[in-house]
Amino acid sequence: MTITARFLAALFTVTLAGIGIASAQTEIKVGVVSTMSGPDAQPGDEMNKGIDLYVKEHQKDLPAGVKVTLIYRDDTGANPDVAKRLATELVTRDHVNILAGAVWSPNAAAIASVATEAKVPFVIMNAAGASITRASPYIIRTSFTLWLVSTPIGQWAAKQGWKKAYTAVTDYAPGFDAEGGFTKGFTDGGGTVIDKVRMPFPTDDYSPFIQRIKDSKPNVAFIFVPAGKKATAVMKAWNDLGLTKAGIKLVTTQDVMLDEELPNMGDAPLGIVSAGTYSNAATRAANQVFLNAWRNAYGEKPIADFMSVAGWDGMAAIFDVVKQTNGKFDGDAAMKILSNWKTTDSPRGPISIDPNTRDVIENVYIRRVENLNGKLANVEFETIPNVKDPWKEANPPK
Amino acid sequence: MDAALSAAISIGFHGVAFAMVLYLVSVGLSITMGLMGFVNLAHGVFAAAGGYFMTTLMTRYGVPFAVSVALATLAVAALAVPLERFLYRPLYGADELDQVLMTMGLVFMSVAIGKYFWGPTAMPFYPPAALSGQIDLGFRTFPTYRTFLIGSGAILVTLLWLGLERTRFGAMIRAAVDNRRMAQSVGINTSQLFTFAFAFGSALAALGGGLGAEILAIDPGYALEHLVYFLIVVAVGGLGTIRGPFVAALLLGVSDTAFKYLLPELGAFFIYALTMVILLWKPRGLFGQA
Repeated sequence: MTITARFLAALFTVTLAGIGIASAQTEIKVGVVSTMSGPDAQPGDEMNKGIDLYVKEHQKDLPAGVKVTLIYRDDTGANPDVAKRLATELVTRDHVNILAGAVWSPNAAAIASVATEAKVPFVIMNAAGASITRASPYIIRTSFTLWLVSTPIGQWAAKQGWKKAYTAVTDYAPGFDAEGGFTKGFTDGGGTVIDKVRMPFPTDDYSPFIQRIKDSKPNVAFIFVPAGKKATAVMKAWNDLGLTKAGIKLVTTQDVMLDEELPNMGDAPLGIVSAGTYSNAATRAANQVFLNAWRNAYGEKPIADFMSVAGWDGMAAIFDVVKQTNGKFDGDAAMKILSNWKTTDSPRGPISIDPNTRDVIENVYIRRVENLNGKLANVEFETIPNVKDPWKEANPPK
Repeated sequence: MDAALSAAISIGFHGVAFAMVLYLVSVGLSITMGLMGFVNLAHGVFAAAGGYFMTTLMTRYGVPFAVSVALATLAVAALAVPLERFLYRPLYGADELDQVLMTMGLVFMSVAIGKYFWGPTAMPFYPPAALSGQIDLGFRTFPTYRTFLIGSGAILVTLLWLGLERTRFGAMIRAAVDNRRMAQSVGINTSQLFTFAFAFGSALAALGGGLGAEILAIDPGYALEHLVYFLIVVAVGGLGTIRGPFVAALLLGVSDTAFKYLLPELGAFFIYALTMVILLWKPRGLFGQA
């Protein structure tokens, strides 16, 4: 092809594209950085299904002539450099209007600088490191932090009259947050943490750590490990070593009592109390709507969990921006709406974004694992309303 | 004192149970790597396949545990034959680097295949009623399934040892490990022997993957995540032996569990240090032949 011909072809393409936009509709592009392959694909899969489902159910609610397109990119796991490259490409090549997703905190932190530089809002739908929302003024978060979930369960444990606690967490950043949150809640309530252990990330058999807990005879143990098979392994070890029989209580977070992992645990988790922002078994009307849509789209398996719901709610926030501006907004206008966003009908109950921290404010539920119609479920029995991330309260920005 | 003793017994018990899983999965690798001199990093793929087949049969089709294990093991052995013929064989004489690349590629493919067919979550595994709960051994109770694992490991090591030391097939394998050319020239069909040994090693992996699913959960990342364990067991034990990986697995399983109990924060590092020391002292492993 000669240069002129190539130029003409290019011109032709550009003109066509231009006509396409002008005549058809406004397209809002949302670039989602998620994890879709590799050994850590599970949480990404849950989040993406929540995102897709919201778009599928609510595309029709958008103003006429406006549509939302999702552009997925796979960061393959906790790889900040890959995440940053993907976010940069989404902004510079695909010209996305909003960045979203982020399963892993290191990835979210890496994307933050891209968001700041490009003035593109970044809606974090999972990554739970407490400080991350401070990494860019263009971040909001719809998921949770581990401080937010663990502090209430510490308070609740102290309220039961339990005096001595043992904390066992996985030796990585979210583990430290969970340990910090529980310890604060429990000691503020008058309890003492008699010992703690940080368990190496690559652990398959937790019996040595559970044995340590058994030996020091606390009233209650707080355990946090990453969601998924590690949680099942912990529960199996807990059961094998008979700690419940030895009179030791276990409290934990929704990561360990993950709705979709419960069927893998047998009867081991019956009666275990945990704190969480979302339970599949919640009877709220909004949750029933969500679950019906989920079942229609995906069937009985996979089971929706808190990551799916954070993706769903994140998209709800983005859709509200699009609706309120008729699809015409820049980064700063979108941030104004996003950082004041609230809804009463999230599957988790009422949630909102704190305009000061741009982090989520939501209810924390204390749940107990019960057998509902032959299936284990986290049944909510106590609500701590409108919890803000306690870490940010305790560590104001300098 | 009583409590300390009880903790020590518990740690020893759980360490041995963990060791048995490591042994069951890794012994096949020792046979194939020792016999063929093939750096087979994809060994865990066969263990994962065994685990997937077994749990699928059990949970989806309600097949009893023992039958599921047997069927899964046979299925993986059958699957291993064409893989050996078409993928492994062309690389027998090749560089170790080529073998590493090919088998590592298989590992990555297995991650994607596992996720595609079975989803990203770990497979549920519930031991049958007779093997779950606690068993009373007179002086105290132990988790039944782990007791069963220890028993299976002990039986398997005995059978393998007898099989390799006392049968004609075992003698042929030993001859081929020691000197392949010589074995060929005395009329042993090493080509057939390799296919058979490869299928056998893979079947052992599948058996280990299935029985061990209680401790090493079956999920798409299985072959990649536990690769280091399998390699350590084989390297420390020595290639081509039955006893070597057994002793190595016991050493690693028990010391890993004990150190995680005693010094939890450093515990995960300990087995790597131990591996280094043993390999510096005996580069061919504890029972490897010079």
